[in-house]
Amino acid sequence: MNDIIEGLQSAVGLIIHLDHDLIEISLRSLQVTISAVLIAAAIGLPFGAWLSVTRFRYRRLAIALLNALMGLPPVVVGLVVYILLSRSGPFGVLNLLFTPTAMIIAQVIIVTPIIASIAHQSMRELWFLYHDLLISVKTTKWQRMKALLWDGRRGLLTATLTGFGRGIGEIGAIMIVGGNIDHLTRVLTTAIALEVGKGNFPLALGLGIVLITIAILINLAIHTLSRTEREGTW
Amino acid sequence: MVESILPVSLQNVSVRKGGKSILGPLDLHIGETGCSIVIGPNGAGKTTLLRLMHGLERASSGSVKWAIRKSEAYARQSFVFQTPVMLRRSVIENIAYPLSVRGVRRRTARATAEDWTEKVGLEYAAHREAHVLSGGEKQKLAMARALITAPDILFLDEPTTNLDGASTQEIEALIRVATEEGTRIVMATHDFGQARRLATEILFMYHGVIHERAAVSDFFDGPKTKEATTFIRGDLLI
Repeated sequence: MNDIIEGLQSAVGLIIHLDHDLIEISLRSLQVTISAVLIAAAIGLPFGAWLSVTRFRYRRLAIALLNALMGLPPVVVGLVVYILLSRSGPFGVLNLLFTPTAMIIAQVIIVTPIIASIAHQSMRELWFLYHDLLISVKTTKWQRMKALLWDGRRGLLTATLTGFGRGIGEIGAIMIVGGNIDHLTRVLTTAIALEVGKGNFPLALGLGIVLITIAILINLAIHTLSRTEREGTW
Repeated sequence: MVESILPVSLQNVSVRKGGKSILGPLDLHIGETGCSIVIGPNGAGKTTLLRLMHGLERASSGSVKWAIRKSEAYARQSFVFQTPVMLRRSVIENIAYPLSVRGVRRRTARATAEDWTEKVGLEYAAHREAHVLSGGEKQKLAMARALITAPDILFLDEPTTNLDGASTQEIEALIRVATEEGTRIVMATHDFGQARRLATEILFMYHGVIHERAAVSDFFDGPKTKEATTFIRGDLLI
């Protein structure tokens, strides 16, 4: 109980005093995750829409595979990205290992299937509703996808925010490919792991509270700005 | 002068689903003018016939031939569904949608859609979300959306089934105006009164085939088949 109270005091102290390290780590966390989520959304949302409006032979298998990829173990993703980016790997020449870019790459791999799968679920229902009308007005496949992406935007926002939630709290992959280097690749989750390792539970808890606060604030801000709960709208 | 997509000819078409015959085999020729009303009991194949002609169903055998290329013909026809499908947009955006799909500039499409909100009496709701409209208003929106492209042929699948008298009257007025302006109407209905008010001819369907085709007065005053007689009398057709 004392640890929790000390953690809360520590979090409040860090925020009130605008602790330089905390701000740097928090901003890096946001930079990495927001970049990864934007890239993942740019891939996952159109893919989800495409999967909704397209019929092909192995579609069911593709959907099952996509759903399975939602549970990709981050540590394995981190390991694979590490091997690919390490000096002896195929992309070693790019010198990306232990940089925020490597962390973004790993997070994109983890988050894309989550966004694509949830987006697909949401747009599949919309496609069921729109199917006859969109076929009747002779839309092209691209126009169908556009209609689903636009009219289903609130569901897609939820998919994207789920991806953000997964990304901001991720540690396994970014620890491996980022290395938790101070002032370079340290983010909130890896900093928490470090403080726990040092036995500094109040600070670790404080960082955890900051992490949760950021995640909640970002979700609330996006929901408020996009008016997802506005009465009388979808 | 733009070539009409009509007449349309169905030659020995049939639709089968899950090994069961839903429609046909049947032959049908639809000319350039008039209002054909398709009537018949539930499961007779009315909706399937309309959907097949519009390209929403595939024929298991036979062919549907338009006067021009099929892809062009499909682009010059519209369909109004029994339950109107509302895009998650405003009324005006819903009405303008078919024009946007055809590449009409946004401003022009919206202006035309605004005219149509007046024609169908929805100007007061133009900027509301479409889903908050009543059933009758939704069907008027669907009519405007179907007619905004000035189709050569308009298919209507029981468009007034769930509507009250006033809304039905408004929809029928729109159908009448469309017919007068040269749009070919093919409509399925269960409502004999509506068939009498709107039709130039009746297609009576039963068990997936057209049992009788006649001018409206001939059909109701002296049906030629036993099934049609039973149906008009209001007895059960099994």
